[in-house]
Amino acid sequence: MLSALLVMAGIAIVLGAVLGYSAIKFRVEGNPLVDKIDAILPQTQCGQCGYPGCRPYAAAIASGEADINLCPPGGEEGIHKLADLLGVEFKPFGGNTAIKPKSVAFIDENVCIGCTLCIQACPVDAIVGAAKQMHTIIASECTGCELCVAPCPVDCISMVPIREKITTWKWKYPVYSLAPAK
Amino acid sequence: MTEYLLILIGAVFVNNIVMVKILGLCPFMGVSKKLETSLGMGAATTFVLTVASGASYLINQYLLGPELSYLTTLSFIVVITGIVQFTEMVIRKTSPVLYQVLGIYLPLITTNCAVLGIPLLNVQAKHNFMESVFFGMGGAVGFTLALVLFAGMRERMEGADVPAIFKGSAIAMITAGLMSLSFMGFSGLIK
Repeated sequence: MLSALLVMAGIAIVLGAVLGYSAIKFRVEGNPLVDKIDAILPQTQCGQCGYPGCRPYAAAIASGEADINLCPPGGEEGIHKLADLLGVEFKPFGGNTAIKPKSVAFIDENVCIGCTLCIQACPVDAIVGAAKQMHTIIASECTGCELCVAPCPVDCISMVPIREKITTWKWKYPVYSLAPAK
Repeated sequence: MTEYLLILIGAVFVNNIVMVKILGLCPFMGVSKKLETSLGMGAATTFVLTVASGASYLINQYLLGPELSYLTTLSFIVVITGIVQFTEMVIRKTSPVLYQVLGIYLPLITTNCAVLGIPLLNVQAKHNFMESVFFGMGGAVGFTLALVLFAGMRERMEGADVPAIFKGSAIAMITAGLMSLSFMGFSGLIK
């Protein structure tokens, strides 16, 4: 009995060591640029850029297939960061959807029936609640991607713009308006 | 040397693992739609099977022995799984294209019954180390041969005028049966 255990454990240890070593030896290096771009993107996986998620969009940017100004949740700030990283000029937002003011989702808790559909839709797990229980949004986690709005059967989710308060205020990017030459 | 050659020929033609022993049919039907894919699959299986035959002989002979022989199947599965995992890493590093083409069938070598069957047959036939390795290699080459021949036929069949009822898997099954029949012609080649 003991020898059987020892034999199997020995085989497992040897195989584990070989596999562990070869995992390091044969590691597949990803494209580091894609990783850097992916880190800037907001990871909402909302697909509003036209790609199935943030990583495919990052790969498309890295290969020069896509422009840097297609990400609505990233907003102007994200485009600025991407422009800095890639050493290209800043471009105003050019996707299919207009940039909206930064907002978070809000659930009208009197109307919510607890169907959990919005929880399944949320890519960042910012909605808490259980089946037949009222749900609510963790505002600090919400990225404002609006993916939870469509699945709600009773339309109790609305997008509330974040008002400027002391805690949310940030320096604005400088805007120079050039007077047209006469 | 002659006996190794005999084992090799016997495993490739006379006791072909797919056509005569009817083992490993999942990848045989699954990966035989294109010639190149089947070659890649054959190469991967050959590597796995050759190494697995040697390793399982050593385990059976020196680790298990007669008193722990009830562990053969279990320990062989563990070893094969490890080798398949290793092969997967190597292929992923060396040939991403082949890695993508083989897809799910690569990890499925683990559950390819031919890969487990040959080490077990080795134990049954009381082969020594070199005989085990050659038998494993022969079995794998036979697997590759059957796979490549079958893939070639299936590629031709894509353009053939097959009656609607027999299209797809049905004609593939019939072809596999006919191929198996033709491999019967090799029986008696080696005593």
